[in-house]
Amino acid sequence: MTSVPTGTANSLSNSQIDEKRDAAGERLITVYIMGKAYEVPAEATIMGAIEYAGHQIIRGAGCREGYCGACATIYRLPGDYKIRTGLACMTLVEEGMTLAQIPSVPAEKAIYDIEKLKPNVSAIQQMYPTVFRCVACGTCTKSCPQGLQVMDYVQAAKRGDIATVMDLSFDCVVCGLCMLRCPAEITQPLMAILAKRLYGRYLRKDSPELAERVKAVEEGVFEAEYADLMAMGREALSERYYARDSE
Amino acid sequence: MYPDYMEESLRKVVQTRPARLELARKPDPVYPPMSAEERRKVLEDFHPDFKPDALRPVSVGPNKGEKLTTEVADLLESHSWLRSEQVDLDHPDFETDLLIIGGGGAGCNAALVAMQQHGIRSMIATKLRMGDANTMMSQGGMQAAVSRTDSPTKHYLDAIGGGHFENKPELVKALTEDGPGVVKWLEDLGVVWDKEEDGSIQVRHGGGTSRKRMVSCRDYTGAMIMRTLMDEVRNHPDMIDIKEFMPAVELIMDDEGRCAGAILYDMDSEEFFTVKAKSTLIATGGYGRLHIRGFDTTNHYGATGDGLVMAYRAGAKLMYMDSVQYHPTGVSFPEQIAGFLVTEAIRGAGGQPLNKDGELFVFPREPRDIEASAIIRECAQNGGGVETPSGRFGVWLDSPLIDMLHGEGYTEKHFPAMYRQFIRYGIDIAKLPMLIYPSLHYQNGGIEINERCETDIPGLYVAGEATGGLHGRNRLMGNSVLDYNVFGRRAGKYAGEYAKTVKLGKLSLAHLDSYEKELAASGVKTDLVTPILLPSYAPKDVKKRQLVRGGNVLPGASVVHNRLHDERSGA
Repeated sequence: MTSVPTGTANSLSNSQIDEKRDAAGERLITVYIMGKAYEVPAEATIMGAIEYAGHQIIRGAGCREGYCGACATIYRLPGDYKIRTGLACMTLVEEGMTLAQIPSVPAEKAIYDIEKLKPNVSAIQQMYPTVFRCVACGTCTKSCPQGLQVMDYVQAAKRGDIATVMDLSFDCVVCGLCMLRCPAEITQPLMAILAKRLYGRYLRKDSPELAERVKAVEEGVFEAEYADLMAMGREALSERYYARDSE
Repeated sequence: MYPDYMEESLRKVVQTRPARLELARKPDPVYPPMSAEERRKVLEDFHPDFKPDALRPVSVGPNKGEKLTTEVADLLESHSWLRSEQVDLDHPDFETDLLIIGGGGAGCNAALVAMQQHGIRSMIATKLRMGDANTMMSQGGMQAAVSRTDSPTKHYLDAIGGGHFENKPELVKALTEDGPGVVKWLEDLGVVWDKEEDGSIQVRHGGGTSRKRMVSCRDYTGAMIMRTLMDEVRNHPDMIDIKEFMPAVELIMDDEGRCAGAILYDMDSEEFFTVKAKSTLIATGGYGRLHIRGFDTTNHYGATGDGLVMAYRAGAKLMYMDSVQYHPTGVSFPEQIAGFLVTEAIRGAGGQPLNKDGELFVFPREPRDIEASAIIRECAQNGGGVETPSGRFGVWLDSPLIDMLHGEGYTEKHFPAMYRQFIRYGIDIAKLPMLIYPSLHYQNGGIEINERCETDIPGLYVAGEATGGLHGRNRLMGNSVLDYNVFGRRAGKYAGEYAKTVKLGKLSLAHLDSYEKELAASGVKTDLVTPILLPSYAPKDVKKRQLVRGGNVLPGASVVHNRLHDERSGA
């Protein structure tokens, strides 16, 4: 909740922004954090509300921008039987919301040597056999705060279609909500990490020039140019820099 | 959705778009890039580092007398959690070959390389979970000279020019020559790079690049790399011991001046543990959560500069600790995501920064400090900013151009994270521009290292954002992702090599006592206890009540009560 004091006339300091927000009469609503009622700003994210309430989060916050999956949260709204899911850093509070963070979902990662696996259905079978318990109920997809087609990639995994698993699970943040809700007790995100690694390792199309470039560096092809650049004074280097051509 | 009063400005953006689209289709720059002189001027006049109170001399330690970023000087002039007599060093709780402090990209790379090349065991001690690091959040990509038109030396020149010719040359050479090898290393571990039809790695421009050099994994580049590295680390539980929620709070030395491990603090039980290690790697990342000059930050929750403090107390020298990177494009509106990163790749793909009249005012791909300063100038001097309901300012980043340039659906396909972040607030970035303003992004300076990641202290290695020298006083986009891979790997190699031969003496925390004495002698008066570990975002009235109860000043106080943030450090 800070802004950008640059020391210039038309930008405001933090405290000025706070005052401005206070003066605007920020609307407060009631939410229940693990059962206890708090008054929090109506426009806050769940994470913002927990902190506004004075909690120091230790578990349950990581990147705070929707990439790390640390802040998985479940909640219900008044008069609605449904359990909803979200990332605390990305989901806005609502009046009467009752919520709990789920900072960690127990799951066992398979241990493997990626060099000894093949990108096919038997790798999935060996490492994450629970995938085959899927009953295609779609609960995982419904619970995904990223809006991913989780069930579809689980089905793809059952077929050994590693490329589809990779594609559909690419944006997974491993918050664990799907595996928490799954009635078949599958650990979808962990399987998806394996599938992505199998794709990257074995199913990628090799870059024709990458190996050549690595070899050229190893052979010292660029050493003379480096020596030349590193011997240059600041002025000569600056001249070379501003005269360089651009793609 | 944007508030109604912004509609007129948005209309102007639409009006000027056809002409700007034409410009973007031509090979020439859409706006004249700045000369060296113009760059100097905009930095001096508008970069936050150049404000009169931005720097102050530090009173203690290896850089004593040198002007540092004010908040960093405050952080360094502080008390330890511990006094030497409190800790039993004769019976370490853990022993390991290589202690790695920090579970981000650099730390994971180091553990894997130390194991593969030297067969040595390591312990990774990290404050939050493995992967709770800025590594996880890098969106747009990693620089590496892999394309046919590029070369590592072109990359070298771009990086040195971007850093205003102040970078340590041997570090830039290491960075750029290891680049292509890192792409291959990660690909063989299973990272899924964006590719062209023929298998070539897709490359894009970033600010300050003369060749398209940004390799990516959609806009989840860091997440893909981090999860792959973590997965591989976790495949070796017999060799790599992971301690989560156990940050280091001080280094341990031996009686001959070597680094010999660290003291860890358990965030749950509040116990302190001693780790004796043959070599120690600081891979703790940066300091965005210090909210320097009150800026919002793009950084993860734990980025509080812990490694700087620990290393400094032990006698390691810092370099370029007067230079802060503000990312040109942080979110300005909506309020809930203010400060969040908008990847530079948006500009690399054709997005243009515009003032409230829909006009270009800067070349979209200047190096970051220049671009950020130009945006601040546009708002502060030229009145070209758009004010948000909470009193922030911002300029438009015209993202709809991207689909017009590359085809419908491109934005959603290639920038899914960005798309998702804004659509939650009813803003479709393929149809509407984003409102942006610079956000505190990166610690340009840090603990000085050489190309072997060595410091002044034998046995102490540093890699990644915690280091200083590589980027000079301005890092280019995509060079931090490469940094933690290149130097994480180098740290594993050289710290591993060292661990195989060193014989440690008697363990000691005497450096804490002498630092405390130096503080007293220099007349510094402070109640600050560091490392800070976590920022507090409790509102002011809540903090007041917490301070009354918590006492807030005693060394060894609970992290939960250790809320030392004053007005300046944000929140």
